[in-house]
Amino acid sequence: MTTLAETVLDIRNLTVDLPAWADRPQAVSDFSLSLRHDEVLCVVGESGSGKSVMSRAVMGLLPAPHVRASAGTILLEGEDLLKASMPRLRDIRSRRISMIFQEPMAALNPVMTIGKQIEEVIKVHTGLPRVERMRRIRDTLAAVSLPDPDKILRAFPHQLSGGQRQRAMIAMALILEPSVLIADEPTTALDVTTQAQILALIKETQAKRHMGVLFITHDFGVVAEIADRVAVMQRGRLVEFGDRDRVLNDPQDPYTRSLIAAVPRLIPKAGRSAENASPVLAVVGLDKVFRSGGGLFGRGGRIVHAAKAVNLEIRRGETLGIVGESGSGKSTVARCITRLIDADRGKIVLDDVDLQGLTRKALRPYRERIQMVFQDPYGSLDPRCTVGSLVSEGPIVHGLGRAEALARAHELLELVGLDRRVADRYPHEFSGGQRQRIGIARALALRPEVLVADEPVSALDVSVQAQVLQLLSSIRDRFNLAMLFITHDLRVAAQVCDRIAVMRLGEIVEHGSTASVFAAPRHPYTRELLSAVPGRSWEARRAPP
Amino acid sequence: MRAFFQRFARHRGALLGLVILTAVLLMALAGPFIYPRNAFELVGQPFREPFGKYLLGTDSLGRDVAAGIVEGARTSLMIGALAAVAATMLGTLIGGFAGYFGGLLDDVLMRTTEFFQTIPSFIFAILLVALMHPSVQSVVIAISVVSWPPMARLVRGEFLALRNREFVQACVGMGMTDMRVIFLHVLPNCVSSIIVTGSLLVATAILTESGLSFLGLGDPNVMSWGYMVGASRDFLRHAWWLCAIPGIAIMLTVLSINLVGDGLNDALNPGLRRM
Repeated sequence: MTTLAETVLDIRNLTVDLPAWADRPQAVSDFSLSLRHDEVLCVVGESGSGKSVMSRAVMGLLPAPHVRASAGTILLEGEDLLKASMPRLRDIRSRRISMIFQEPMAALNPVMTIGKQIEEVIKVHTGLPRVERMRRIRDTLAAVSLPDPDKILRAFPHQLSGGQRQRAMIAMALILEPSVLIADEPTTALDVTTQAQILALIKETQAKRHMGVLFITHDFGVVAEIADRVAVMQRGRLVEFGDRDRVLNDPQDPYTRSLIAAVPRLIPKAGRSAENASPVLAVVGLDKVFRSGGGLFGRGGRIVHAAKAVNLEIRRGETLGIVGESGSGKSTVARCITRLIDADRGKIVLDDVDLQGLTRKALRPYRERIQMVFQDPYGSLDPRCTVGSLVSEGPIVHGLGRAEALARAHELLELVGLDRRVADRYPHEFSGGQRQRIGIARALALRPEVLVADEPVSALDVSVQAQVLQLLSSIRDRFNLAMLFITHDLRVAAQVCDRIAVMRLGEIVEHGSTASVFAAPRHPYTRELLSAVPGRSWEARRAPP
Repeated sequence: MRAFFQRFARHRGALLGLVILTAVLLMALAGPFIYPRNAFELVGQPFREPFGKYLLGTDSLGRDVAAGIVEGARTSLMIGALAAVAATMLGTLIGGFAGYFGGLLDDVLMRTTEFFQTIPSFIFAILLVALMHPSVQSVVIAISVVSWPPMARLVRGEFLALRNREFVQACVGMGMTDMRVIFLHVLPNCVSSIIVTGSLLVATAILTESGLSFLGLGDPNVMSWGYMVGASRDFLRHAWWLCAIPGIAIMLTVLSINLVGDGLNDALNPGLRRM
């Protein structure tokens, strides 16, 4: 990065108005930022900070007429994009400024081959002959390291993996060699190993083509991995802006400081040993196969082995983490243990009783002893029930009187850090973090011995995430719970788990204390996972807590 | 609740529909007081034109058309509402169980639903009324038997989507019985779609009832708009109003119910309209 590099994209005093029904008048307020040639500029912020709206304003993709830029200028090499006519904007898009999105499956047209979609971009903007177009597409596909470009050309989006789709999107964005690339959370929907590859690809391409990349993300690990400079946004305003190392290691603004402090460390906490306690829950030889798409006679369907001979043991007072990428079967195991789905084979032994052998009806009294906290804070609470009835319903079903159940609900709401008066309100009135607290209170209301938490913080912003993790460990200690913690995030796992089981394609490939797995991973897959965690190099330089 | 009315009122057509529907309803309720006599009774000379001695004229036998319209409103609304309620309950029950439990039960129930859907519904309704003797009760039964399948398919779809939502899983995980989960947690979350589709079922039920009584398959002792059109179709050339007036009544009522249904849809599912 050269210090004298000229500015390619200059955003000055940008203000974007929101419609009257929104929670605040402006999505972006008086926002200024300049992107240079040849750099990756990361814009970081939590959900609702206005970072995506800002990037869409640059592309002229704001959802008109409700949301519009009301003040400021966006200068692309001296030309104001906010004043540009529609035909002019169309000409600029792809040719001089391109965008890649979070979900490539949604951003690609599912009924068109990759080749046709990329070719369309060239056709719209240039008069190149077909031979030349195809040569360019092949070159670009090869440049984004897609194997066998000819096969990819003829493939439809659903025939590619998530990583390949994102590579194809990047190829499509680069095909006309734009000077600015806007990347809106391009790796958030990807697994950690794929994410590492895509980040490397973006960085490498940027350097090779001397582009300016405006990279929108919420993840400081990603920032540490890819950024040259960093801009931090909070509620539509720019609160901090500077070189990566300065912002990460010496943040000036209190908000930035709190955000960075909330990023979980990759270094495991001192593991608490619960070796002497006897296991409260044991899973032995659990098998689950999903069949899908089979015809009337069950042939030609796809078979997914989601759990293969899984063995686990959890003791009281300890947290066992199951980590793995999407499709590794970690959620399947959680749902088999809570008997939300039925395993094909194996035993789930809770205090000498094999739950797997019980009928749905016989199981009911045992249900209260294993409770679950879900991933989606918006989908896990019935929108038509008050918080009080949500939390008290479980005990009522199991025979507790209404008044006592409600009293218990009040007590638990206070325990998870909410006011007891919230009992009369409905879930939609709460933020994601508050809803997750309500979900935890609901699980605790039945006084379980085992708490299964399936990605309980992955839908939350980093600062809220830290609070919820704190709450989960404090209730585990207080009630001496055995906790099964499912996560894809190794940073989170390092902070909450005493032991870790690494799952891959339905199998547990490695199993041990968190400290030993992190310090000396034995299985190659564990090593791959650990090395793919974004921001590893930053970790060593991070100030101690 | 206030937001609901505001969203409803924003839909001009729905307001108009509500006004017409209320008028028809008031007419049906006030009928016995305005025209205490039986609508089949002969009151004067046949083929009197409207706006003479009789507000809407008289028919081929000298019966008061206005009295018929008022009593017909009662018949149409009653049969429409009863049939729609019965079809909604049947469809919700079948669709709900199929969607919630899935598997073999789903297959059996849905194949049954498809079996009903393959028969053209109006012809099926004629067949059912012909099998039973024509009465209000058999017309209601026939209409509900032919109109539940779309409701069952809708509710099954909603239940399928809701069954895998985390809040339903949480209920199961807490050890609630299936009936409790279905009636306290799943059903309330699809009530708005059921109400909207149910209100549109009323409109189709009224149309079907009119069709049946046009063909002479309605209850012979109850005056109905369809019967009025049917009985006077031979005199269309020289006494047009005998067909036109009940025809317009049917059209306005069905239209108003459809408009109200649209308004309910906008008011209950606001997410669909915005953006």
